[in-house]
Amino acid sequence: MAITTEANTKETPAATGTIAVKVDDLTVAYNYKPVLWDIDLEIPEGVLMAIVGPNGAGKSTLIKSILGILKPIAGSVSIYNKPYKKQRQRVAYVPQKGSVDWDFPTTALDVVTMGTYGSLGWIKRPGQKQKKAALEALEKVGMLPFKNRQISQLSGGQQQRIFLARALVQNASIYFMDEPFQGVDATTEVAIINILKELRKAGKTVIVVHHDLQTVPEYFDWVTFLNVKKIATGPVKDIFNDDNLTKTYGINYKVSIQE
Amino acid sequence: MSSTQLEIQLIASLVAVACAIPGTFLVLRKMAMISDAISHSILPGIVIGFFITQDLNSPLLIILAALTGIITVVLVEYIQKTGLVKEDTAIGLVFPALFSIGVILIAKNANDVHLDVDAVLLGELAFAPFDRFLLSGIDLGPKSLWVTGGVLILTLTLLIAFFKELKVSTFDTGLAASLGFSPVIIHYGLMAVSSITTVGAFDAVGAILVVALMIAPAASAYLLTNELKRMLIFAICFGVCSAISGYWVAHWLDASIAGSITTMLGLLFLTVYLFAPRRGIIAVLYKERQQRVEVSLLTFLLHLKNHTEEEERHVNHLNEHINWQKVRSKLVLELALKNNMIQLEQNIVSLTQKGEDFTSKAIDYIITNQDSKIEHMKEDFFLFRG
Repeated sequence: MAITTEANTKETPAATGTIAVKVDDLTVAYNYKPVLWDIDLEIPEGVLMAIVGPNGAGKSTLIKSILGILKPIAGSVSIYNKPYKKQRQRVAYVPQKGSVDWDFPTTALDVVTMGTYGSLGWIKRPGQKQKKAALEALEKVGMLPFKNRQISQLSGGQQQRIFLARALVQNASIYFMDEPFQGVDATTEVAIINILKELRKAGKTVIVVHHDLQTVPEYFDWVTFLNVKKIATGPVKDIFNDDNLTKTYGINYKVSIQE
Repeated sequence: MSSTQLEIQLIASLVAVACAIPGTFLVLRKMAMISDAISHSILPGIVIGFFITQDLNSPLLIILAALTGIITVVLVEYIQKTGLVKEDTAIGLVFPALFSIGVILIAKNANDVHLDVDAVLLGELAFAPFDRFLLSGIDLGPKSLWVTGGVLILTLTLLIAFFKELKVSTFDTGLAASLGFSPVIIHYGLMAVSSITTVGAFDAVGAILVVALMIAPAASAYLLTNELKRMLIFAICFGVCSAISGYWVAHWLDASIAGSITTMLGLLFLTVYLFAPRRGIIAVLYKERQQRVEVSLLTFLLHLKNHTEEEERHVNHLNEHINWQKVRSKLVLELALKNNMIQLEQNIVSLTQKGEDFTSKAIDYIITNQDSKIEHMKEDFFLFRG
């Protein structure tokens, strides 16, 4: 079993007591080399959680395994007590920006509309209702003026906001985001974090793979330390400390946490 | 125009449309080479099917050949997955092996089979109208027309039904998987359609032209549009235009139809490659030149903004100070004058109000990289068009 910290049992204001995501004994391997090893994780409903860890710690792999994109060699995942396959509609995913070809011949509006495909299912096409939802999501991320722009004509920050809008349009309960702050300008970073905080306010659960340790206490209320194994998970105020950082990154870490 | 000529053009056009559809997705998935692999490695499937049925247009032959196409893709992926060789190497290993099996099978049975390697590579479009589809004595047209027509209807139906799924899984595999559209199923579906299209077109245009018809129209369309549906329509139009014009070129030159169609496809791509409005070579070079001039203009304006002393602003001193050639200085000076950004008084240059505003805005943009500040300047200056 994985290490449980004391923090797990403590109350936070955002959490409702319901478990949104539960991961049991998850092991994932590429070519028989474990990338994630025996992960047990419970993510309470309503938290804004960062997953932190060094490069190659398996952060993206964890998200992809939860979403069924990668097949684990052992373990199981449940979303609100049911397998992911039955809960697809309740989950939205923002992949790393670099995972797609931005020269693809399509517009900003069209990419956002893709977020509605899941609710449509096979064969059925998006109509006026889906288009309206996509336009609303574009408005929320401040990208409405760019709706007809070809996606390669957008800046890195704008592309990230398009990805965020595509997740918003899914109107899910749980949002998974893989490094949404990577390579974006300061304005976009603020815009994104404001939307994430709004999502939490609306009772959604948001899980973010995050790199910048300095901003963890400012942006998030929950954190998971990961390095192939789970090091710790819990409220930022309880477990975001030098001890866990050192365990995760393997070197002495000193992060001054602002109160 | 005789009915034979019309039939040949009709077959060539149907083949072009059927090829352009999977071709567009292969190009977008950066899998153009896999169509080359499929077109060659289906040969053993065709040969074995032919031995069994003795009929080049039999459905069994199409099924067997499509199966060989899928086997090719699976083999390539299997070899690649071992991590010992890269994808292009895997393709280069698999298809010659399968193709050569087909060649040996033909050679061993050359006496009782009227199927030769030339026909396989270049097709027999000119002879296609002679193999008629007869139903209880009634002539229903050439068999190839029925085969390619059938393949086209299948391809179009699948495209219309699964357009959304194809688009999302081509653009973003991860999202497609998380939404429940299995990228594996879509991938093999596309491979199956590509194989079936290749087999359907094989008889008419041969292994080499199939590849050209799949890739060249899609590659040309890619340079001309920013929208997937339009790319498909352009690719289809290009394919049909090349097929028909290629036929007439062959007719006038008394040359191979397949060769002429391929030549037209090549010429078409070359034209688009050179002259495409935004992504063509000429447009790109023109844009680069404009940007160079405009960066010079900005440097010049900034110099004027930073220096109030007259000697720094004398026309003749500009050459020395900014270290430009005469031609470039003149070009920049004229551009600035034309846009009312500077004024000249006895060869002393000074910024106008407009020039001042423009310079500060441009500097602001370059420092902060905020698009909103220069949105209105995009119409006039290449520098700001991203």
